[in-house]
Amino acid sequence: MASHGIKDKVAIIGVGCVPFTEHWEKSLDDLIIDGAKATYESAGVSQDEVDAFWFGTSQSAASGLAMGGPLKIHGKPISRVENYCATGSEAMRQAAYAVASGAYDVVMALGAEKVKDGGYQGLNAFPIPTDGTQRTLTAAAMFAMILPAYAEKYGLDVDEIRYSVAKIAEKNHFNGARNPLAQFRRETSAEQICQMAAVAGRLSVFDCAGVADGAAGVIMCRAEDAHKYCDDPLYIKALSFVAGTGAGSLDPDYDYTTLTECKWSADDAYAQAGVADPRNEIAVAEVHDCFTPTELVLMEDLGFSAPGEAWQDVLNGDFNLDGRLPVNTDGGLKSFGHPVGASGLRMLYEVWLQLRGQAPEERTMVDNGRSLGLTHNLGGYPGEMVSFVGIYGTELG
Amino acid sequence: MRGIIATGTHLPHRRLERAAVAAFFGKGGGSGARTVASFDEDTTSMGAEAARAAVASAPDVGIAALWFATASPAYLEKTNASAIHATLRLDASVPAFDFGGAHRSGIGALCTALGAGSTTLVVASDSRGGLATSADESQGGDGAAALVIGDDTAGPVIAEFIGGASVTDEFLERWRVPGGDRSRTWEDRFGEVAYAPLMEQAWTAALANTALAVDDIDTLVVAGTHARAVARNVRKLGVDAERIGDDLSGTVGNTGAAHPLLVLATAVEAAGPGETIALMALADGVDVLIVRTTDAVASYRAARPVATQIEGGAPIDYATFLSWRGMVAIEPPNRPLPNRPSAAAAHRRDNWKFGFVGSRDRSSGMVHLPPARVSEKGGAVDDMDEVPMADVRGTVVSFTVDKLAYSPSPPVVFAVVDFDGGGRAPLELTDVDADEVVVGMRVEPTFRRLFTADEIHNYFWKVRPVREARV
Repeated sequence: MASHGIKDKVAIIGVGCVPFTEHWEKSLDDLIIDGAKATYESAGVSQDEVDAFWFGTSQSAASGLAMGGPLKIHGKPISRVENYCATGSEAMRQAAYAVASGAYDVVMALGAEKVKDGGYQGLNAFPIPTDGTQRTLTAAAMFAMILPAYAEKYGLDVDEIRYSVAKIAEKNHFNGARNPLAQFRRETSAEQICQMAAVAGRLSVFDCAGVADGAAGVIMCRAEDAHKYCDDPLYIKALSFVAGTGAGSLDPDYDYTTLTECKWSADDAYAQAGVADPRNEIAVAEVHDCFTPTELVLMEDLGFSAPGEAWQDVLNGDFNLDGRLPVNTDGGLKSFGHPVGASGLRMLYEVWLQLRGQAPEERTMVDNGRSLGLTHNLGGYPGEMVSFVGIYGTELG
Repeated sequence: MRGIIATGTHLPHRRLERAAVAAFFGKGGGSGARTVASFDEDTTSMGAEAARAAVASAPDVGIAALWFATASPAYLEKTNASAIHATLRLDASVPAFDFGGAHRSGIGALCTALGAGSTTLVVASDSRGGLATSADESQGGDGAAALVIGDDTAGPVIAEFIGGASVTDEFLERWRVPGGDRSRTWEDRFGEVAYAPLMEQAWTAALANTALAVDDIDTLVVAGTHARAVARNVRKLGVDAERIGDDLSGTVGNTGAAHPLLVLATAVEAAGPGETIALMALADGVDVLIVRTTDAVASYRAARPVATQIEGGAPIDYATFLSWRGMVAIEPPNRPLPNRPSAAAAHRRDNWKFGFVGSRDRSSGMVHLPPARVSEKGGAVDDMDEVPMADVRGTVVSFTVDKLAYSPSPPVVFAVVDFDGGGRAPLELTDVDADEVVVGMRVEPTFRRLFTADEIHNYFWKVRPVREARV
């Protein structure tokens, strides 16, 4: 398989993000306009200077018209992108490749989701006519299956694992409390979370991502043009995407303690970027903590922890702001909220801030002397998902 | 020789102690227990389970016709027997007919099959209830029974049909209009008096037709929704009390159209060779059938014996019973209702949706559930064999209890199941308490109604814990 990547060919010159929250007063159009405005301002680029657009939304709209209409983009290509909860990252990936191909000079990817107009909590799938045999579980229940399987595989007590994943929520709430854009800005303790009523398996609502409206965007150009726009751009080191086959719900070899597609995309991304030792080369990682067990196994699949040890590393505080590898320094999906199409670009926004020393002082992470940031964005369920891993650096080469 | 070749029954897992009714309302109920169809069961799904058990009891017998009778059909106009036909994966040339509406349609289908020529699977299923505290609520039961009827050229006959008699009379003892919420009855004494001469007439005629004396009858089982007529009038027939078979009123309740077949199956499964069993059914007249067990009954083993099912089961509280029956509406999770399944999409996959047939890749041997055209292992295209999974047991690999997802009876208990001999599928667990599920639990497929949307019943398979040893 050839996956050459586009290392150092494309630069990120601006990233914007609106507050993620229940925007009862804002429509999808408002979110698109506010998200684009923040992104243009970050890059110091006007809409007229952008040659092509990629618009990511999972369930809020269809076609490029949904972006072109509110922003009044005349005579330019706009692609609507959808790839489950990895939609935002996928929009950015497509836009980056368009620059790398030489087709355009300056591109924008914007992700936006309006989830709070639906009338129900949580995310709700678009109804596609089927034979009626598909399961109708919530995502929370699907990811909850990780806990008993993980405990079984490593001979642990489920209560131990349950506490460990609650510590993940505690960490992400701690970070989110220090983020003015985050949906949930209150600290909470693992002990409090463990005492809450279970809604899916052992998980409580505080083990689930916040459901929020929001938008985020990025503007990119060729690496050699970056300094025309920006003194301290980020350079794309790797973009990897893997779509599974749903093998986990089919193949008895799958044991629900790992996210296979995530591991594949991580390995591919590290190869593209030339990262041999992710534990010691990645400065900061934003990962898809849709539910607390997801972040637990991601630490192993992304190579930050040895198999079977992530639960202990979490308890050690390895992934805290002052830990050996800070993860979800902005609060993650858990605390920042999860407007599906925007989340991948929200992750990039935090990497953009942290690597360039622009994060607010109260959530400044430990200076570990590294210069690479990672975003990981997935969509789907254990055993049947799409996964994206992107790596970005402050320096060329 | 013509008669019964195989028996199959389905009693729902849940049982309501009748005393629970009086404990709640201060009246009603009574003693003993009744069976309660789960929220995901209807007469069609219960009929399918009974039919599967009958076919499993005589796997080598070719079924030439499928007849289904119920007084509580899941659909009108649309045939319900065709869903059972699909779960059994019978050949398209095998006709599937409904005998619908009246309680008498169950015994009527059986009588007709015994008098006909082809090997016929007669399935009767019913769900019985009434308003809270009513006699119908506590004395009714839910369940299904299926009998393979045929000549001994089709397979060993375990109970030969000797003969019988019918008496028909028009009188208004029990009735229900289409769409009605409950049955109505005339005053109790009227039915008791009206049935008495009909029972005597049918009984006398049946004995005459078979050249039998009363003392030749080893067991008489009587099925009828009129409890007083059944209990009192039977004394006038001259049969010793110890020869009156259990009508299952104490453990199951009266299962309406299914009941004659259910009590007959029960008596045959319990009998040794050479026993003469009479069945009397009361429903707008009286029907009597007399069978005599053959030597073949000695080696016959029902796949799911009635006795085992009666002994099994688990209690259900009265509040849950009321909510399952739609008599108390429970606040559902605040989630969108499920969409109706697509008739076109479902029809393309009848073999999966109703037959639970997956596919096995010829090169890698991997089982694919649902069936696939391209192999997950090796990528071979259109090189698979059908692999029926409905009778294959499996093991729970992981599970989850979902209090957020829509269900007619939350929470949803869901398991990833690895089937013996290969194949994995994520499936809903049913007939189970959430706190009894463990990794490693043994489960088996069961045909259920997942939900109803836009008046379309969405049938598919779930798994239930293995509770009965397979014979």
